[in-house]
Amino acid sequence: MTEHSSGPSRTPTRAATGPGPAGTPLGAPSTLTQGAPASGGIGESTLRPDGTLKVTGEFAYSSDLWHEDMLWGQILRSTVAHAEIVSIDTSEALALPGVHAVLTYDDLPTGTRHYGLEIQDTPVLAHGKVRHHGEPVAVVAADHPETARRAAAKIRVEYRDLPVVTDEASALAPDAPLVHEDRDDDHSRHVAHPNIVHRQPIVRGDVARARERADIVVEGEYTFGMQDQAFLGPESGLAVPEEDGGVHLYIATQWLHSDRRQMAPVLGLPEDKVRMTLAGVGGAFGGREDLSMQIHACLLALRTGRPVKIVYNRFESFFGHVHRHPAKLSYEHGATRDGKLTHVTCRIVLDGGAYASASPAVVGNASSLGVGPYVVDDVEIEALALYTNNPPCGAMRGFGAVQACFAYEAQMDKLAERLGMDPVEFRRLNAMERGTVMPTGQVVDSPAPVAELLRRVKAMPMPPERQWESSEGADVRQLPGGLSNTTHGEGVVRGVGYAVGIKNVGFSEGFDDYSTARVRMEVAGGRPVATVHTAMAEVGQGGVTVHAQIARTELGIGQVTIHPADTRVGSAGSTSASRQTYVTGGAVRNACRLVREQVLELGRRRFGSYHPAWATAELLLEGGKVVTDGGEVLADLVDVLGDEAVEAEEEWRHRPTEPFDPHTGQGNGHVQYTFAAHRAVVEVDTGLGLVKVIELACAQDVGKALNPLSVIGQIQGGTVQGLGVAVMEEIVVDPRTAKVRNPSFTDYLIPTILDTPDIPVDMLELADDHAPYGLRGVGEAPTLSSTPAVLAAVRDATGLELNRTPVRPEHLTGTG
Amino acid sequence: MRVHFTVNGRPQEADDVWEGESLLYVLRERLGLPGSKNACEQGECGSCTVRLDGVPVCSCLVAAGQAEGREIVTVEGLADFARQRSRAAGGGAQDGAAAPDTTGTPLDAAQRWQAHGVQGSDGAHGTGSQTGEGTELAPIQQAFIDAGAVQCGFCTPGLLVAADEMLEHNPSPSDADIREALSGNLCRCTGYEKIMDAVRLAAARQSEGTRP
Repeated sequence: MTEHSSGPSRTPTRAATGPGPAGTPLGAPSTLTQGAPASGGIGESTLRPDGTLKVTGEFAYSSDLWHEDMLWGQILRSTVAHAEIVSIDTSEALALPGVHAVLTYDDLPTGTRHYGLEIQDTPVLAHGKVRHHGEPVAVVAADHPETARRAAAKIRVEYRDLPVVTDEASALAPDAPLVHEDRDDDHSRHVAHPNIVHRQPIVRGDVARARERADIVVEGEYTFGMQDQAFLGPESGLAVPEEDGGVHLYIATQWLHSDRRQMAPVLGLPEDKVRMTLAGVGGAFGGREDLSMQIHACLLALRTGRPVKIVYNRFESFFGHVHRHPAKLSYEHGATRDGKLTHVTCRIVLDGGAYASASPAVVGNASSLGVGPYVVDDVEIEALALYTNNPPCGAMRGFGAVQACFAYEAQMDKLAERLGMDPVEFRRLNAMERGTVMPTGQVVDSPAPVAELLRRVKAMPMPPERQWESSEGADVRQLPGGLSNTTHGEGVVRGVGYAVGIKNVGFSEGFDDYSTARVRMEVAGGRPVATVHTAMAEVGQGGVTVHAQIARTELGIGQVTIHPADTRVGSAGSTSASRQTYVTGGAVRNACRLVREQVLELGRRRFGSYHPAWATAELLLEGGKVVTDGGEVLADLVDVLGDEAVEAEEEWRHRPTEPFDPHTGQGNGHVQYTFAAHRAVVEVDTGLGLVKVIELACAQDVGKALNPLSVIGQIQGGTVQGLGVAVMEEIVVDPRTAKVRNPSFTDYLIPTILDTPDIPVDMLELADDHAPYGLRGVGEAPTLSSTPAVLAAVRDATGLELNRTPVRPEHLTGTG
Repeated sequence: MRVHFTVNGRPQEADDVWEGESLLYVLRERLGLPGSKNACEQGECGSCTVRLDGVPVCSCLVAAGQAEGREIVTVEGLADFARQRSRAAGGGAQDGAAAPDTTGTPLDAAQRWQAHGVQGSDGAHGTGSQTGEGTELAPIQQAFIDAGAVQCGFCTPGLLVAADEMLEHNPSPSDADIREALSGNLCRCTGYEKIMDAVRLAAARQSEGTRP
């Protein structure tokens, strides 16, 4: 039997369903219409418009797309971290029946062969060498995914190993190999070594003099492990070649227009020939900010003239996106005897891995938020990101603020202990507030209720002791070790810990961070209906719910249709940085207000002569009618609109920000700050080093909850990602080879429902007058303080110092 | 090879199935039923959970040939399946074995999530479905929508199949029971709290419906 006849030989077909409308793949997104006659505006816990589709299995994710005649793409990735490519032989792969194309660097269609979010340092396919384990080397298109995998395995690549750079010492050693030999990016001019991507110092006040005032000085060295976003829907998409020579990509991403900006030059197409539609996205958490299979699928589609689908499996997904930067952090804190901070110095070294991705912006966050939500006038901060041969790191929920929070909160606990103070009271004594000056010199000009959040989270009722006891004995499911049945309570110690954090909202440091929204209002089916069209990536956060709520509130109608996100409308920016409700929400609000003005103008033209209030009164849209501010109904919107459609588009910007000074770090770099505090209650089996988190209570200021149900869901989800990196989640990279040891859900553990505790949430709503509706970005802050709260609770239970996260059993039993 | 099995009550047949194809692959790519999700392909995440002759399994770990002649229920058939089960049990009850409520959560307590920070709001939450108009859902599906247990939704199909199966044999689960039964289903968005809320809600609604 030949290898081929034992393998798959036929393009699978979707027998039970026909193809979509001509030229459109099956699973292409359609509009979402939601009617809520009398309610459903902002502030209500309106339900998701895509909820029914998602619970019935009808919601089409990017991996569910199907097109007649489509091929399957497969990427061949490097098996070594750092090596010269001596040769690539694709002949055997090309000879395999069912294979339609095999492409390497030499097949790329234009001179632009690199891409990147900020620095274009990432080769589309490896050229001459590979810089990290799992780097794309070649791509294959075949008529069955297994055929594509087998073909990729038949590509012969000869590597000549190069020495690996894996940490600060090896990266900055005198004879260190350069990860990128010919840097010419903007940061390369100010860094001391080509293996430093970017460095940001922040200096304010006089640390030397402040240190003299300190009665107590505490130093600490901390290590933060590499965390993976582990979104459940692996990278995937479908590229469809179009008749005009362009391509249409249906894709799960966080930012359609950013993808297109990076893709078009590589494909050799003008941007208007690269059409993008958002397919269903199975989570993101920062891991879809960079390109993954976008260019590869389009290249194969353009080469073969056939639609090409690429779906990563979980193994490949671990190599297919950037991770959270692992970090080494060194801190010095001083305080007076009465508990006031005198100064902070810190040095934060982030491992950026082989390509820059979002490293420069992560450095900006780590440095500018490195002291935490405290008043300190005298600081010396330094943050930098390295180029190494480790996996590339970039955006993940919390974005540079997470690593710092883990370290400065450990420091705050150490100081409190040395001072003999309660850790919460010590934090409250130093808590920032409105008017506080940040280390960057930026004055915080909206509510900063840090002390109040700490008070609230401490005031929440404590979970009962020995909650695992029942009349039938111990319920092991509620004990450390769980169903492994390792203890019935013996050797189990409880601990409680607190932490608070600060995160910025929106893109910072002078970035032009805008969003576009197009809103149309017309009569359909005898009712006034609004359609909201943006390019916002709905990744699960509930932006589509909120957009409809905003339209209902602003336009006084019930039925709202959400148009699929695509590049036929302007950019909505990234679904990142807790910014979408703020920025795209702001654009939707303003577009609705433009529509409202046009509708009222139409009403005045049509009915103005019938009632003087059209000219004199403040007019509102409510309940599908034009009403005066006194409540008098002037006209039904159905009559005002008639058969006209009113449409408006808005490109909306928040307040501008400034770059940080490269030497002093001074500058109004951030748009908005957001705060959350956690209290963790844990139980530790001290004999085995097993941790059970009993409760993770959170208090967070959200400014204004546009959808309280969704806001609480964000807080709880973020909290558990913080729990994960506290006690289990870490991508383990072999320090000798820079190869990833655990790229699977068997070996990279994320919290299950058994690992997850009750998460009571106390939501504070103090309006930020600069933001739409007073809202504050929500998604990231809870990921910050969750981790240090859990670590503090484990320290409280065990008395151990624990200066790295995640904490592992061997760290608790002294066997590591 | 050719395989035959019953999916969601309908006999199905797939031709040219390669021996290496999983049940998940055949459901998704050959039978047009992509509701079951592939998130790890090694039985760790539960996103591909289906019922195989009533038993919840990770369909990524079942070879398509192993399903020959057997009955499969996927998320696409869950509403029908629940309706038929309910009818067979003679009305609202799952299987007539609903024990007195000793460990489960009463309906008013199961709806405590509605009070979390939703003060002053009389929104549409919990009152039927503005999003489910025209679609009849299984009680567990409706509860997931109402409780906010769906974010990205990729884990949802597997969780629904697993939770529905648990409630079938344990109509009044304690929190620890729910956590144990769903511990094979990973979710990365919700932190599981609203999934707990949804399962408690479905259980409580079910027991309210069966109370004399």
